[in-house]
Amino acid sequence: MGDNGTLWLPERASTMAGEVDALFYFIYWVSVIFFIGVTGTMVYFSYKYRRRSEADRPAPIRENKLVEASWIVIPTILVSLVFTWGFKTFIKLSVAPPNSYEITVRAQKWAWQFEYPNGATSNELHVPVSRPVKLRMSSVDVLHSFFVPEFRVKHDVVPNRYTTVWFEATRQDTFQVMCTEYCGTLHSSMLAYVIVQSQDEFNQWLAESLLDESATPAERGALLYQQQACNGCHSLDGTVVIGPSFQGLFGTPRTFEDGATATADANYIRESILEPSAKIVQGFAPVMPAAYSGLSEEELSALIAFIQEQQ
Amino acid sequence: MANTTAAEAHAHHPPHLQHHFVTSEQQFDAAKQGMWLFLITEILLFSGMFVAYTVYRVWHPEVFAQASELLDWRLGMLNTIVLLTSSLTVALSIHFAQQDKQRQMLICLVLTILCAGLFMFVKYIEYTGKFSHGIFPGAGYAPHGDYASYDIAYAPLFFSIYFVMTGIHGFHVLIGMGIFIWLITRVARGHFSSAYYTPVELTGLFWHLVDIIWIFLFPLLYLI
Amino acid sequence: MESATQPVGAAPQAAEAPPSGTHNYLTHERGLWSWLTTIDHKRIGILYAISLATFFLVGGVLAMLVRMELLTPGETIMGADAYNQSFTLHAVVMVFLFLIPGIPAVLGNFILPIHIGAKDVAFPRLNLASWYIFMIGATFAIGSVLVGGIDTGWTFYTPYSSQGSNAVLFMTTAVFIAGFAGIFTGINFIVTVHKMRAPGMTWNRLPLFVWAIYSTAIVQVLATPVIGITMVLLFLEKFMQIGIFDPALGGDPVLFQHFFWFYSHPAVYIMILPAMGIISELMGTFSRQKVSGYTFIALSSVAIAFLGFLVWGHHMFVAGQSPISSIIFSMLTFLIGIPTGIKVFNWVTTMYRGSVWLQTPMLYALMFLFLFTIGGLTGIMVGVLAVDVHLHDTYFIVAHFHYVMMGGTVIALIGGLHYWWPKITGKMYNERAGKIAAALVFVGFNLTFFTQFILGSRGMPRRYYDYADLLDRHPEFLGLHQASTVGSWILALGLFLILFYMLWSLFKGKQAPQNPWGALTLEWTHTTTPPSPHNFDRTPLVTRGPYDFYLADDVFGPRHTGDGAGDGAAQEGA
Repeated sequence: MGDNGTLWLPERASTMAGEVDALFYFIYWVSVIFFIGVTGTMVYFSYKYRRRSEADRPAPIRENKLVEASWIVIPTILVSLVFTWGFKTFIKLSVAPPNSYEITVRAQKWAWQFEYPNGATSNELHVPVSRPVKLRMSSVDVLHSFFVPEFRVKHDVVPNRYTTVWFEATRQDTFQVMCTEYCGTLHSSMLAYVIVQSQDEFNQWLAESLLDESATPAERGALLYQQQACNGCHSLDGTVVIGPSFQGLFGTPRTFEDGATATADANYIRESILEPSAKIVQGFAPVMPAAYSGLSEEELSALIAFIQEQQ
Repeated sequence: MANTTAAEAHAHHPPHLQHHFVTSEQQFDAAKQGMWLFLITEILLFSGMFVAYTVYRVWHPEVFAQASELLDWRLGMLNTIVLLTSSLTVALSIHFAQQDKQRQMLICLVLTILCAGLFMFVKYIEYTGKFSHGIFPGAGYAPHGDYASYDIAYAPLFFSIYFVMTGIHGFHVLIGMGIFIWLITRVARGHFSSAYYTPVELTGLFWHLVDIIWIFLFPLLYLI
Repeated sequence: MESATQPVGAAPQAAEAPPSGTHNYLTHERGLWSWLTTIDHKRIGILYAISLATFFLVGGVLAMLVRMELLTPGETIMGADAYNQSFTLHAVVMVFLFLIPGIPAVLGNFILPIHIGAKDVAFPRLNLASWYIFMIGATFAIGSVLVGGIDTGWTFYTPYSSQGSNAVLFMTTAVFIAGFAGIFTGINFIVTVHKMRAPGMTWNRLPLFVWAIYSTAIVQVLATPVIGITMVLLFLEKFMQIGIFDPALGGDPVLFQHFFWFYSHPAVYIMILPAMGIISELMGTFSRQKVSGYTFIALSSVAIAFLGFLVWGHHMFVAGQSPISSIIFSMLTFLIGIPTGIKVFNWVTTMYRGSVWLQTPMLYALMFLFLFTIGGLTGIMVGVLAVDVHLHDTYFIVAHFHYVMMGGTVIALIGGLHYWWPKITGKMYNERAGKIAAALVFVGFNLTFFTQFILGSRGMPRRYYDYADLLDRHPEFLGLHQASTVGSWILALGLFLILFYMLWSLFKGKQAPQNPWGALTLEWTHTTTPPSPHNFDRTPLVTRGPYDFYLADDVFGPRHTGDGAGDGAAQEGA
């Protein structure tokens, strides 16, 4: 790991990064030239025409139409050039190649979930190298935004509709997905890993991510705990992240906001997953998303078994 | 006038002329220009809502067309006529002010208020009619009885827009009524004449705007 | 426009050089009540100055807290919720309670009527009402903090804002009310410029500051109602769930963004146009030269005012609007760069063969050119579609807008404050302290914000409470954040120094002469220092342009033949 970028930009890890960077540097250097021109002239004139006496009254300068015209025409040409170039690259960034590998992305406060064509889900984005990948993204609650700096891609993730982003990774490495649309308390923790692998390793990972039939329910629950991003809010070691820790949770009495109590048995856990706002434990905020109603009976049992195991 | 001193100017000016103005005409023109600019801001304020209406109408045309059936176009037409009449009466009151006919000016202003009041009364009938059938803006939308068939997706959006647009418009009618009452007290005390009737003129302009906005609201909400 | 070879017109009355007023607008009436009920545009400008300075201080302290938190990874001085509320409130206070009223409310109120030769604005009572309305709006903003605060960012994007705490209701009310203050001020200024110019004050002789404030007023009148209705709709969305912006209720969150930015983009022109007006005045006076390209600068202000309404979608390139919309918005965004560039180039050439006097106001004008050029050029960079995909919502954007809003508007405001301080207060500030503070501000500003360009283009998102988890892949973020925080301390030091020596000058400053800078606009040539309550004893008769230094023998005395071309013929430009 580590970054081999330049002063201004992170390393390039996608096929489009080079084009975006070329455009960036072109504008950057043109800007530097203009900046030096303006400030250099300014400093020079401040010195050369500094006031010698209080009574100085220089004669007015007649306007030079050629100079006026040139600093309208030249910038217009430059911005037209830059606009056209930017627009062409933008079209390429917006339209995924036809044979892209599609992965569905679900964003929620404050975790990412990725669903693969074979049904596997994970909180990590695994992609095969040198293959265009298209992400179909949607939010379950508020606006989020998907950003991987090394790929030079970004797009907002909106509730109730799909937005897309595509990239073709060029290096096998691990990168970070960052949420770039403010979404609440843990906005800055809403990160995920993009793991670029060879096609073989990717296929292997994909197969392993499907729930293994021979695993015990608790083992499957452990996998789900990560894939469904429960680990974003519930720890296993007693620390309170956003929600209660699972350590020693099962079987203990719980007191709720309205004073009522209940024991954290299997029914309680099940209800908490399917209807998170039904009972809120005192001292916690009602922020668990109602995004898990789609879990199958098997998956629910697995999670309950897993939680039960946490001492 | 250019080089008169402050003292000289003070000796000659009529009571309504403020110190920073040179002539009554300048002051009157400035006041009208200021009012027109304010009316432009009101148009922009309402145009935001018109944009929202247009966007959602384009996205859900059938629902909007169906939901608008619940608005009684006859009551809407009545209100349109009422407001147009009130614009006439306020224009007349200005005309009478210009002719120093105090009594007629007063009568026309009173008629304007009565029209405005009638408008608000009709709106009250419309609103309570909706409420009684469970049609509320926003989360309270729960049509029942005869209207149960309107419990469809995006219909609440139509009614929310209806309530917000006519509600803000009605709020402006109420404000107008308040201003007219204030004007009437000043007319009764003889503050206005052909030399100075600026507040009547400005209020009349405001009232015409309130009328024009309704002219757009009515067909969009009631007729299509 | 007059050519330099025409004979000088009838000398205006200023040859009488009225004595420095002991009876002036400050001494005319005394006591708090006289201030709170004043309808004198000059006093109202001071009321705004005090309120805005207070809000700037509040916003600035919040900024310091935000930067302090980012000094180290993990929690430094506050938790995530407090941080998120801090950056939100910092922006809301700075944008709505400082930058938007900003220069028009303070310097526009004080100077504009005098610039055109009027005794006051067209509607003085409305002017006072504007200030009260503004303060009521500000009270609601403070109220929102007291009921728990908001953390939505100053952009209030839905559905987060319509689902969050009730403090949003207070804040939307605050913005709505404060907006009216801006609308009334805008109406006042437009009618004043149309109706109350002194005889001889043609449009071509208006100081460029007036052109700037006038263009700003147009934007204020046309744009502010849109944020008004946006706030009303957001309020109703939160309060009654009308469903217009919330997808769960059938609404569209991107529609909110269109509504919001339709105002908020022109709003940034409300912030920068007056600043540009100040720079024109400073460049003219402190180069003692006609401002180059007067017509271009004047008309470009109006052009920017109108073009500014067409580019709002450049805030939404990756928000989910169609690529076609994005393309059109990008193209229009570049168009605005052209009139802006015209101004910058003309300001620089104003110094050509001028007589440049590096007093503190001029130092700020030059600082503006330096900082605003960076801000403007980076604006072009993010206007480029493909590049904005990478840079949007990162610290690059934060740096860009601080360079234009603070490096532009605030620096120009400080320059203008120094320039008009003698006229407003009758005192001179300490010039050496001015230069030292300017240096601190310049160094501090660049250290704070240039580092943020690099942070952003390397991938650091904005509105992030913590970057600890990013350090693995991006270890450079730590050093850059720390440098930026240290920069903020230097910047704050410079700003506090300004506050200190300006207040000091009120008590211990030297008495100011009537026209310390040798400027030609009416406030310097025709009013006492400080001005009398009605500005002018006699209505001025204007016979020359505001930068016709070469013709102003009445102010400078007869010209010596040693001064360049002795026969008065204009010199050729380069």
